[in-house]
Amino acid sequence: MSAAYIMGAYEHPTRKAEGISVAQLHMQSAAGALADAGLTFDDVDGYFCAGDAPGLGPMSMLEYMNLDVHHFDSTDTGGSAYLVHVAHAAQAIASGKCSVALITLAGRPRAAGMKSAKMPLAPTPDTPFEAPYAPSVVEMYGMVAARHMYEFGTTSEQLAWIKVAASHHAQHNEHAMLRKVVTVEDVVNSPLVAAPLHRLDCCVVSDGGGALVMTSESVARSLARPLVKLRGAGEAVGHLNAGRVDLTTSAASVSGPRAFAEAGITPGDIKYASIYDSFTITVLVALEDLGFCEKGKGGAFVADGNLIAGEGKLPFNTDGGGLCNNHPANRGGMTKVIEAVRQLRGEAHSAVQVPNCDLALAHGTGGSLATRHGSATVILERL
Amino acid sequence: MDLSDLAQVNFDALPYWEAAAKGDLVVARCTSCNEAHHYPRAVCPFCRAETIAFEPASGTGEIYSLAVTRIPDKPLRVVAYVTLAEGPTMMTRIIDAPEDVAIGDPVRVDFEPHPEGLTVPVFRLDRN
Ligand SMILES: [Zn+2]
Repeated sequence: MSAAYIMGAYEHPTRKAEGISVAQLHMQSAAGALADAGLTFDDVDGYFCAGDAPGLGPMSMLEYMNLDVHHFDSTDTGGSAYLVHVAHAAQAIASGKCSVALITLAGRPRAAGMKSAKMPLAPTPDTPFEAPYAPSVVEMYGMVAARHMYEFGTTSEQLAWIKVAASHHAQHNEHAMLRKVVTVEDVVNSPLVAAPLHRLDCCVVSDGGGALVMTSESVARSLARPLVKLRGAGEAVGHLNAGRVDLTTSAASVSGPRAFAEAGITPGDIKYASIYDSFTITVLVALEDLGFCEKGKGGAFVADGNLIAGEGKLPFNTDGGGLCNNHPANRGGMTKVIEAVRQLRGEAHSAVQVPNCDLALAHGTGGSLATRHGSATVILERL
Repeated sequence: MDLSDLAQVNFDALPYWEAAAKGDLVVARCTSCNEAHHYPRAVCPFCRAETIAFEPASGTGEIYSLAVTRIPDKPLRVVAYVTLAEGPTMMTRIIDAPEDVAIGDPVRVDFEPHPEGLTVPVFRLDRN
């Protein structure tokens, strides 16, 4: 398969998009990623977006941006969709369907006054069996955390280390919503939202956006940016297994090994990891399922600063992640890829840049770990 | 679209809701492979046969996981997954729960009318 490269990446600096529409945020993000790559809207022949884009599939945004593309895809797995798009764009590029693929994400839940993501009352077969109990997103992830604690002895203090690491990184990010460095005590003493999860176990609600530009090898080599190649990808859906529920293992246990097999490397080769962090427990479960540690040993793995750049073995979310930086449109997958690209290019903040970062992983968990979720893993290499 | 409309749209599971309205919990079981499943479907998710029967459940089970929300001067709000004696695990709420409600606690079914039209199974602790 011929290779595809991420040549443009852009994170919108806004965290509260007063006076900027969702469509405009998408287009500003697209413009940023194209400029980063050294390309223009006229070069784009493939477009990828998910449910945060206004309208049905890609149609409204294609009209808004006035683009004429040969290939499009609006696969939606919630916050992980953009990692799926990276993989699908690479497949489209490899098969000659397009050579410059644009992927966009944007949303303004904060400016719109939305406090948190709410489960929509969709006419799906599962809804009547869940909606009457009105589980909040925090309650759902709280159930994952409670079961993980019950089965493996994981503690709130161990989960707190994930937030502590994110805050150490966010202090260096001028755009991050929460730049104050916090301690384990700060996290476990913050109010319980849905026990066992505390307020500081939860990600922020923010506006914003992001975009990626992926190209064929020949386009990539004509550009002045560092070559960031997609080396492996995996995607999988996890659900309730018709009542055989297992809340402590996610579909990352499938998407991760698929991505590593395609890349021909192992977790020990990864120098930097972006892990979707809607909650601290989301990171813990993903790290285990991706193979960075054994199932059940995630608590010990994340403790004592092991995720902090410059201190630990696996620097993660060096932009501050969803826990401290931003969570545009309540979907954190796009920013995970963007920070991985920064690390591979050597363009992360100097205080958190991983030396000689040649292999990075980005992982997304969309939907809800406690019901249905889409996991997507990409492994990227700096050539 | 309210909850009762949703149950009508997804009419595979109507016998479950009709039983709940009478205060009975039923479980969907496939007569081809004998496996029980939840939520109820018209097609068996295990062997894919369209041979689903609804059978009375014992109404007992144990808490698989839970999330507890404490609001001052209000009863505990407990969202949970309960594993039924018949096998499947289902999302529910634990009502009248004590402070020390925990994973592994035995529970028994009860029913609550929902303001949007369905009667839904909930559970309460059954420690003795
Ligand atoms: Zn069957």
